[in-house]
Parts: sequence; C-alpha cells; structure tokens
Amino acid sequence: MKGFKAVFKREMYAFFASPVFYVVGTIFLILSGYFFYTSTAYFSLISFQAAQNPYAGQQVNLNEMVVKPLFDDLSIILLLIVPLLTMRLLAEEKKNGTIELLLTYPVRELAVLLGKYLATLLVIVLLLAFTAVNIFVISRFGVVDWGPVLSGYSGMVLMAAGFVSLGLFTSALTQNQIVAAILGFGALLMFWIIGWIGSVSGPGIGQVVNYLSMLEHLEPFTKGVLDSRDIMYYFNFSLFFIFLTLRYLDSQKIRG
Amino acid sequence: MIEVEQLTKYYGFLPAISDLSFSIGQGEVVGFLGPNGAGKTTTLKILTCFLPLTSGKARVNGWDVSRNSLKVREQLGYLPESVPLYTEMTVERFLSFAAQAKGMGTREIKPSIEKAIDDCGLQKVRGRIIGHLSKGFKQRLGLAQALLNNPPVLILDEPTIGLDPAQVVEIRALIRSLGQERTIILSSHILPEVSQTCQRVIIINRGRIVAIDTVSNLTAQIQTSRKVHLTIQGPGEEVLKALKLHPGVLKTEEKTGDGPGKYLVEMDKDQDIRADLARSIIGQGWGLLEMGSQELSLEEVFVQLVTEEPGDTV
Repeated sequence: MKGFKAVFKREMYAFFASPVFYVVGTIFLILSGYFFYTSTAYFSLISFQAAQNPYAGQQVNLNEMVVKPLFDDLSIILLLIVPLLTMRLLAEEKKNGTIELLLTYPVRELAVLLGKYLATLLVIVLLLAFTAVNIFVISRFGVVDWGPVLSGYSGMVLMAAGFVSLGLFTSALTQNQIVAAILGFGALLMFWIIGWIGSVSGPGIGQVVNYLSMLEHLEPFTKGVLDSRDIMYYFNFSLFFIFLTLRYLDSQKIRG
Repeated sequence: MIEVEQLTKYYGFLPAISDLSFSIGQGEVVGFLGPNGAGKTTTLKILTCFLPLTSGKARVNGWDVSRNSLKVREQLGYLPESVPLYTEMTVERFLSFAAQAKGMGTREIKPSIEKAIDDCGLQKVRGRIIGHLSKGFKQRLGLAQALLNNPPVLILDEPTIGLDPAQVVEIRALIRSLGQERTIILSSHILPEVSQTCQRVIIINRGRIVAIDTVSNLTAQIQTSRKVHLTIQGPGEEVLKALKLHPGVLKTEEKTGDGPGKYLVEMDKDQDIRADLARSIIGQGWGLLEMGSQELSLEEVFVQLVTEEPGDTV
C-alpha cells in the first residue's frame, strides 16, 4: 500500500527519538518485573511449604501461580501505558499541522493509519518480548508448560492490538495529547470492566456486555485456550476502531 | 495544467469561496493574492486534495481533485503556509521520509535529496535536527520537500516568509528558474515578490475572483492618469507655474527636498505629452535632469481592486 512503509518507518523513528517511549517502557518493565517478583516469591514460599506436605504439593503449579498472574498483571499495565503511547499518533500531527503535509503526499489515509497502528503495536510487542526474560529465568528452576505461555503472549498481542486501535481513534479526536490519553484510558477501562454489569442485568444484556468485555476474552488465552471467537473479537475490535478513525478523519475534512 | 471551474466551498452554511474559475498553463508562475480570509488558503487546500470541494471542478494536469486524488497529489509539490515539519527528525532523514512518502524509487531518492539540498542551500544543516533550525532554514526545508519528486506543479504558500534579504533574493530566483518548466501558484502577502516572480496574478476577495491578469495590464486598466516625475534645474516658482499652465497637464505637485526641484505631473493617460513637456522645459533654458513614468504599484492596484469590490458579494 502506497506510503505505508514510509509512515511506518517514520513512526518507529518518532518512538525511539521520543523520551515518552523510554519513560513509559522503563515504567512498564519495572512494574512487570515487580509483579513477577512478588508472584515468584509467593510461589517459592508455597513450594517450600508444599515440600513438607506432599498432598498440597500436587496443587503447586508454576503456570498457574506465576505465568498466569504475570499475564493478568501485564494486561493491567498495558491498559495504563498504551494510551500514553498512542496519544501522540494523530493529536501531535494535528497540533503541528504536519497532517496537512502528510495527507497532501500521494499516500492513502488507510496506509497512514495502518503505518502508525502497526508501528505502535510493534513497539508494544518489543516491550512484551522483554518480559519473556522473566519466564526464561523461572524455566531454569522449574517446569514451565510452554503452551499457555505462547497462548498468553498471543492474547497479550491481540489485546494490545485492540488497545492501540482505540488509542488511535481517541488521538484523532483532539489536538491535545493529554485529552487523547485520558479519553483512551477511559474508553479502554470501560471495555475492560463492562462485563461487571452482566451479573446484575438481564440475561440478554448480560450476554451482550460479556461479549463486549475485553477481560472475558483475555481469560481463555491466559489459561492456554486459543478460541477463534476470542481471536475474532480482538480482530474485529481493532478493525472497527481503525475504520472509525478513517471515517472520522474524512468527516473532519468535510467540515473543514 | 490547473483548471478550476465554478469552484465553491462552504464551511457549514458559510461560503469560503464561490464560483472561482481560472486556468493556469504549463510553465506559468501565477501569484495568488487576497486579503486575510479571502479564500486563498481554502482554494490551495482544495487543489492539494486536503479539503473536499462543495461544488464545481478542479483539475491538476488533467486529473480531477475529487475523483483522482492520489494522481493529483503525485503531480504536486506543496509548501503549506505554516511550514509544518517533523521537528524530531534530521534534515536528511525528513527529506528521505518525504521522498519515500511521495513514492519515489530507491535509486531516485538519493540524487533527488542532494539536488533539493543544493537548490535550497541546506548543505550546512543537512545533519541537524529540524527543531534546532532557524525559521529561515525551516522555510527552505519546506521548499526542499516540495521540490523532491520534481513535480510538474508547485503550490507555494508564502514561500519567503522568515528568510533574510539575501535568502529572499535566492529563493525568488529559484522560483523563477523552476517556473520555466513548471506550473507554480504562489500565494503571498509580499506584493513586490509577486510582481517580480509572477507572470500573472489572481486577486480574490471575499471568496470571489476580482481580477486575473498580468500586473502591467491590471495597472493599465486601473490607472486613470499617467504620472510623470521630473527633476528640473531652474527657478522653482516659475517652473511650477509653467508646468501647471502646460496644455494637457491635469495636476502638478512639487516635492520637497534638497537640490534641483522635483515635480510630479499628472496627465491624461491617453494623451502622451511627455515630448512636448520636455521641449517646453528646455526651450525655457532650464535643465531637464530627469524624466520618468511612475507606474501604479501592485499594492495600489490590489488595494483599489479589493476596496472597489461591492460588499454584498458573499
């Protein structure tokens, strides 16, 4: 697609030239490291106790007690940091006027959006890849089932893809990066916890909100279950918000 | 190269431009003038496909801006008014990005960047971060990115703003040389710049075209009388009286200053009495040191056209 490669490369450059990426990346890795350490320390305490009680030892499982909580914690940290990475994408272009330059080059708007979207996703995948070091470390000292690890990371990437698409959309709505980040965080949190009203509403609405909940669709991945319905959910979620961003940019052009 | 027919653009219920029609041929440098809010930038944004039009037609190199937006953008080099640039990039990296975004082939990119850097005088700052550059260098970089793919049509919005006088002369010369083989629309508030670089001017006011012509034709149309300035060595009062009484002279004015007397004489524009006037002065035994026509400046033409426009056009 015309212009995609140029926009993708420029976005990658913008990320690595910006202090925001290094600050956000450092906070992400410190927090994920801290959560991993607490889970591992707890696991080591339980395994020590289990060593004295063989019956309890059967329930001690590295995947259940360290890997799964790590993914749960990572998803929460991503919820906090993705809006900080996406806030710049279109809001900065609009504020600086570079969007005029970009959209008067012979590039398709979709190529611009996909270039920005995939560059941000790749940056998050890089950050997630660093957290894999934690799992390699514990695999040296215990038995890790790699299936749920891989499915967990697939879930993380798919969920991050959804987060980025929503962040891209909120970044298109305003010239102010802070506003874009707050809108993005609010909307993501809403999609995260929307399932909570499922238990108190009727069965019809309950089913709908449960389907919309990001948390509900992440759960199977962290347990090692790859369900096509969950994959499609995140895929459609991303597609929907990229489409919405495209339409929003068009509507803005018409209004001038 | 550029054809605009009854172009209209509304922002909500407010018309920004109404029924604009003009055409610009290949190798023509045309100045686009108008007061603030006249619709210049809107027109340029429609031509660059950044804004959609409400009605009418606009074609660039035969491609319709609404139907063949990508093709139109391939023909264009555009320098927006505020010169937006990615400030975290270096000059070379930014030009490389712009060349890639313009769809240039890998082999063409490097020579094209070198040429743009040379033409716009960016050698000294090629490795510098854009955010650290002065306004003048940013302006030149904006122009360099517009020239990258050697586009047949250049749309330049205020190209010399922020440049020092020497750079202004260089960039104007560059625009003139580029205009030999390209079509250029140059929007500017600096009227001498337009008269020096452009073959024709389009003056718009309140979203409508007020005039399209060469500067000399516009001046001739608007000028109601011919003004001649004279420097005469002779007795001041007598000279002034003789000038006033000379047949065909409408108005005479003496300019204050040291040295020989300077006079401004206004005569009917269809009746050239300059030769008679010269003979009469010399015949009196006075010294005619200087005689020259004083043309209306583009500023005067512009102000006259824009203020003559009736108020109910929008």
